[in-house]
Amino acid sequence: MTTITADHHGEYAHEHHDADHKPAFFQRWFMSTNHKDIGTLYLIFAIIAGIIGGGISGLMRAELAQPGIQYLQTWAQFSDGPNATLDQAYHLWNVLITAHGLIMVFFMVMPAMIGGFGNWFVPIMIGAPDMAFPRMNNISFWLLIPAFVLLLGSTFVPGGTGNGAGTGWTVYAPLSTSGSAGPAVDMAILSLHIAGASSILGAINFITTILNMRAPGMTLHKMPLFVWSVLVTAFLLLLALPVLAAAITMLLTDRNFGTTFYDAAGGGDPELYQHLFWFFGHPEVYIMILPGFGIISQIVSTFSRKPVFGYLGMAYAMVAIGVVGFVVWAHHMFTTGMSVNVKMYFTAATMVIAVPTGIKIFSWIATIWGGSISFKTPMVWALGFIFLFTVGGVTGVVLANGGVDDVLHDTYYVVAHFHYVLSLGAVFGLFAGFYYWFPKMSGRMYNEFLGHLHFWVFFVGVNMLFFPMHFLGLSGMPRRYPDYPEAFAYWNKVASHGYEIMAAGMLIFFVNLIWSLAAGRKAEGNPWGEGATTLEWTLTSPPPFHQFETLPVVD
Amino acid sequence: MIVSLPPSPFDRDRRNRRTMIGMAGIGLAMLGLGFASVPLYRIFCEQTGFGGTTRRAAADVQVREAVGHKMSIRFDSNVAPGMPWQFHPERPTATVTIGARSMAIFVAKNMSDKPVTGTASFNVTPTQAGAHFTKIQCFCFTQQTLQPGEQVRMPVIYYVDPQILEDSDNRDTQQITLSYTFYPVEQDKKPS
Repeated sequence: MTTITADHHGEYAHEHHDADHKPAFFQRWFMSTNHKDIGTLYLIFAIIAGIIGGGISGLMRAELAQPGIQYLQTWAQFSDGPNATLDQAYHLWNVLITAHGLIMVFFMVMPAMIGGFGNWFVPIMIGAPDMAFPRMNNISFWLLIPAFVLLLGSTFVPGGTGNGAGTGWTVYAPLSTSGSAGPAVDMAILSLHIAGASSILGAINFITTILNMRAPGMTLHKMPLFVWSVLVTAFLLLLALPVLAAAITMLLTDRNFGTTFYDAAGGGDPELYQHLFWFFGHPEVYIMILPGFGIISQIVSTFSRKPVFGYLGMAYAMVAIGVVGFVVWAHHMFTTGMSVNVKMYFTAATMVIAVPTGIKIFSWIATIWGGSISFKTPMVWALGFIFLFTVGGVTGVVLANGGVDDVLHDTYYVVAHFHYVLSLGAVFGLFAGFYYWFPKMSGRMYNEFLGHLHFWVFFVGVNMLFFPMHFLGLSGMPRRYPDYPEAFAYWNKVASHGYEIMAAGMLIFFVNLIWSLAAGRKAEGNPWGEGATTLEWTLTSPPPFHQFETLPVVD
Repeated sequence: MIVSLPPSPFDRDRRNRRTMIGMAGIGLAMLGLGFASVPLYRIFCEQTGFGGTTRRAAADVQVREAVGHKMSIRFDSNVAPGMPWQFHPERPTATVTIGARSMAIFVAKNMSDKPVTGTASFNVTPTQAGAHFTKIQCFCFTQQTLQPGEQVRMPVIYYVDPQILEDSDNRDTQQITLSYTFYPVEQDKKPS
């Protein structure tokens, strides 16, 4: 790991005066080429998208709180007019689950993790003045806006039975081709194209920055683990997203230009779409979680005042997860009728991923072990991450079994599993990172009490929300339905109350955010003490507009 | 410790551009691979019988009968929505000797008052039996045109490869279902 000598601090502090000249408002925020400002824009975007995506899940939990259809028919009148049919209400449900999934994946987690924290801290952590291609960075961000507008706009145009794209985030053919007439699905697909282009440009930028822009002495094996995680993520994006682009381009031509890539009538095969989608989709879940791994490594090390245990093992565990992640995709398709041997391969390959993941979990614990631990807010979020991600990982190993998946496929058990690794894993990682770097980004300290309160309320809420879904899934409740038999009523009610508690936790977060930005105590350059060894803590808080005009030397 | 001098901005820009071009190349290659997967997937299915894709053999193929080993075959027939045909097998099931050349007859009738051209897609279940189900002659290899009210009897000549007896994946296979679906052929939907 990097060690930075104390006198560096003073050295960079001098830069402050001439390096901190900022352009005027419009030029600074709308034509920005500064990695920190673009990172801030990404974070604001992700928060807005998160409110919308989280609000949609609130609608879903309200409808699911009791058996029967309570609200859906009323909501359908807003989108499909006063004479909305029950089928249109069911279609609205599909629109809600589609929008929730796509928004959370492409417009909340990815922009926050990679665009937000990646942009802010990768250049600083490797001692670079900015990203390799600052203007391309600007394009990456601003492509997200039309993508998001297209997705939200698709809700207001016809998409088959009712308004909006009701295909699920997987956009499976033939539902997404012959099953959804109207422009809504075309708009959603185009939105994915643009968001994908944005991410690919960002990935190229990160790879170039990390490979070429490191400060003298910052070798690959001295890079902080967060930088490693973004490097692996960027490669996953670069290899996976073009395949999605190809797959959904063929969806578009099937829909509009009479091709039959996924249509058996013309010699195509709808199963091909599933293969292509999950060849992208499985690496995509690691794209969402790997930067979280990096963030947790920095935080655990900082607040245990120890370097990360097994640094090289931690870095190459992420590489291994990334590589193996490309050859396990068909475990999402166990029920498509594959032979026993194919199932055995995908079961075994999937379980292999538990090995590098286990290395990471144990190394975090070994880092904490015997450390001088301080339970600041980022640290409790990081500990929450380790616990909850492990729970999600265990159910993942259960689902990896082809035979077990035959029973649990498309049940709430799967929903519980991926929300434990994403909604409780990736999102806990995001909050951990947000509290960890908030003083650095804003120059002000957050409120420690509210941070802890946010953690505990949120922790209770999400567990009450998602843990009962294991029971529902094991009893056979299928996902993607707005209604269910009486037998599932109890745990659904518990889950919906869990959502309310979670939402209360989010209110605490926003109170803390606004209060801290307005009236928080001024933050020092390094508020975390000697455990914080990476380069961002050698700068002032917030860092000067242009940092490292003389490159730092790492030894 | 010796620390190398930082590269000059000119060198760095050139190196960055080179890396970017290389990475963009990887991205484009993956995009190409995404599209190339269409023919690759078809070839893969034809070669391996993946997903219940049946095999095809020439008329003069020689197969040894596995005397005493029988297999039940069930015939399934469907028409796509909008296809104005009646389509059914003459007999719903047949019991054949494994390795023996057998024939099934399907009957199609055009119920509309216009000539209709159709093409049939096919597969077998259980899907792992696809690799051992071989067709010598099939109406599904070509397009069929029926005049208004015309009825035709269409043969399928097939055999079950004796290798199925040695395939551990097919140890439990008692019956193979051969399924056809007839689609209307439109001008803009040519089979690929």
